[in-house]
Amino acid sequence: MSFQPTAIVGIGQTHHTPRRRDVSFPGLIREAAVRALDDAQMTWSDIDAVVLGKAPDLFEGVMKPELYMSDALGATGKPMFRVHTAGSVGGTTGIVASHHVQAGVHTRVMAVAFEKQSEGNAQFALGSGRGASLGAGGAFAPFIRSYINRSGAPEHIGWQVAVKDRQNALKNEYAHLKIADISIEKVRESPMMWEPIRYLESCPSSDGACAVIFTDEDGGNAAASDGRQPAWVLGTAVRSEPGSFPGRDAVRPQGAIDCAWDLYGQVGITNPREQIDMAELYVPFSWFEPIWLEGHDIAEVGEGWKMVDSGETEIGGAFPVNCSGGVLSSNPIGASGLLRFAEAALQVRGMAGEHQVDGANVALGQAYGANMQYFAMWIVANSLDPFG
Amino acid sequence: MRNDTDIAIVSWATTPMVRQTGNTETQLLLHAITDALEPVGLTRADVDFTCAGSCDYISGATFSFVGNLDAIGAWPPKRDSHVEMDGAWAMYEAWLRLHHGDIEIAVVTGSGRSSTANPALIYPMEMDPYYLAPLGVDPLTFAALQARALIDAGKITERDMAEVAVRSRRDAKSNPHAQVTGNFDVDKLLEEDYVRAPLRRHDLPPITDGACAVVLATARRAEQLRERPAWITGLEHRTECHNPALRELTDSPSTRIAAEAAGIGDGPIDLAELQAAFTHEELLLREVLGLDDSVPVNQSGGALAANPIMATGLVRISEAARHIVEGDKQRTLAHSTSGPCLQQNLVCILEGDS
Repeated sequence: MSFQPTAIVGIGQTHHTPRRRDVSFPGLIREAAVRALDDAQMTWSDIDAVVLGKAPDLFEGVMKPELYMSDALGATGKPMFRVHTAGSVGGTTGIVASHHVQAGVHTRVMAVAFEKQSEGNAQFALGSGRGASLGAGGAFAPFIRSYINRSGAPEHIGWQVAVKDRQNALKNEYAHLKIADISIEKVRESPMMWEPIRYLESCPSSDGACAVIFTDEDGGNAAASDGRQPAWVLGTAVRSEPGSFPGRDAVRPQGAIDCAWDLYGQVGITNPREQIDMAELYVPFSWFEPIWLEGHDIAEVGEGWKMVDSGETEIGGAFPVNCSGGVLSSNPIGASGLLRFAEAALQVRGMAGEHQVDGANVALGQAYGANMQYFAMWIVANSLDPFG
Repeated sequence: MRNDTDIAIVSWATTPMVRQTGNTETQLLLHAITDALEPVGLTRADVDFTCAGSCDYISGATFSFVGNLDAIGAWPPKRDSHVEMDGAWAMYEAWLRLHHGDIEIAVVTGSGRSSTANPALIYPMEMDPYYLAPLGVDPLTFAALQARALIDAGKITERDMAEVAVRSRRDAKSNPHAQVTGNFDVDKLLEEDYVRAPLRRHDLPPITDGACAVVLATARRAEQLRERPAWITGLEHRTECHNPALRELTDSPSTRIAAEAAGIGDGPIDLAELQAAFTHEELLLREVLGLDDSVPVNQSGGALAANPIMATGLVRISEAARHIVEGDKQRTLAHSTSGPCLQQNLVCILEGDS
């Protein structure tokens, strides 16, 4: 392949909360964008192009919000466009922004993704404006039940993921949900929402934004020689498949498998569990951690839950997952995918603070969307040749 | 000779453009994609990347684009993406993706069924929600403000605008997909009442259901698939400040910057397709792009003859490509726009091998 090496040199996010009544949409995204610029030691005039991502417009009731946020994004006079690939959109936003640099079209590009869910009613919007929507949990519960039946996983696996991610969130200054006394008992006793998903196994509804700045090889090397470790984008991949047809396996979607192996092939990964040091997976409901560990062939089929059970996916475990607290702790939907991708980059830059994984040289970011049918993934590393 | 990294349009198709279709958006796309692939002997299995442009608010449903995967035929799973914009920007994303060199064929779509919606009700929703949306100002009102500004500046007259309508509708007679066609008289049109002064009925686009699909290929495949591919030699887009009250409405700086960056000045433009949904927009864009009367503009009838929102810009690109592939033009320009009073603009320059 002929693409140009691409480095992440700036990352910013907001403090994620149930509602940010003190800021408008532009105010919200600008917080994340300015933090990313500060991190990259850049100003608005350094940015060549902006890619905006968010989930459905009906969430906030503003159609094509990129139009009204052009000034706040510093995009006046510049290229800017808006991607929307359902729940995977944050991931896709990062990928499309990176493609500007990889294609050699622009040198410094900003990806911004946000959701200000307090402005609307996500459950209502997910039902396309029809009342009594079952929401995302209602759509995914049957798949989760099917996963449990197939794998024979014990019920406590979901609770365990919920506790782990919430404990990780206590170490992340930007996380929304911080439940200091989180415990297996507390999750187990929380109300059943969509059987088998309990309240504390579910993601919150958050206001928040994330911004990531990409630059070319020279820019990445300049940051490195200045003592600012860049994250190199070693590969990106997306896949989509229709939401239903006879023979579709929604528990182990082919799109997930194909996306992962496209990505692994680009990076030279043959054994993801060994060669990847940590992963941020899109886990809006606890059981998606084992589902995606298997879906992306990090664990054998039917074995993902055992990685959870043995503590392997904890910070300090052999394969840490969602050290930031993940989607279970902060879920501004449109931004959630980019937050996963950004956390992977923070980890390989050694900038993840209290939730830093020791020796994180190669990290995976993943997001999925719609009826478990849209996938976006990337692998970032602290060098262009991490496997020597 | 072209470089391996060069990218061309090799095929395209549109559905019939009608006031109201009985087809779903997925069905429209099913036909458009099939009809675009067939002339170059490709099937869905040959497509490496798909990118769609559509809008939830036009469809009236959240995640409305997801169902369109059925039209794409994303099985086995495809590299696929979606922009909540006109299909012209979906083409920009596909063009970026093709630069990587690991894939060769992309299909880009734009689709919209405005007939089920009320544009006057929906379009205020794309405005700043605190200051502009509560005013309930619809696209006609914003267009009228811009037309008035152009008239007051002495740049155009109502007669100039009516002449654009008459020419567009006449030219559209040769476009089998056009919705509004025929012979009209400028003086008679000018006797009609205003819809929103200074705009009369003929200054407005029709409400249209329709879809468009465009096939892109990297150089190696493009040269196999078409004798004369339409090479994308410039593709740029720029945005401006949102609030029309803070912009110079008699100018379109984002169009000018995009066109310059796309290399408009590197040679003569033989034909242009501009996404001018209102008559005065064609006149303004012509001026900004420096297209004098010798350059044919919107021979297809343009958006005044059929305006399938979210596909209108991509249709312009396909029309500009048609003239290259069919060999009657050497260098053409297509334009797409988004937002009130031409806030955001894309310019695509296409060339044939000489």
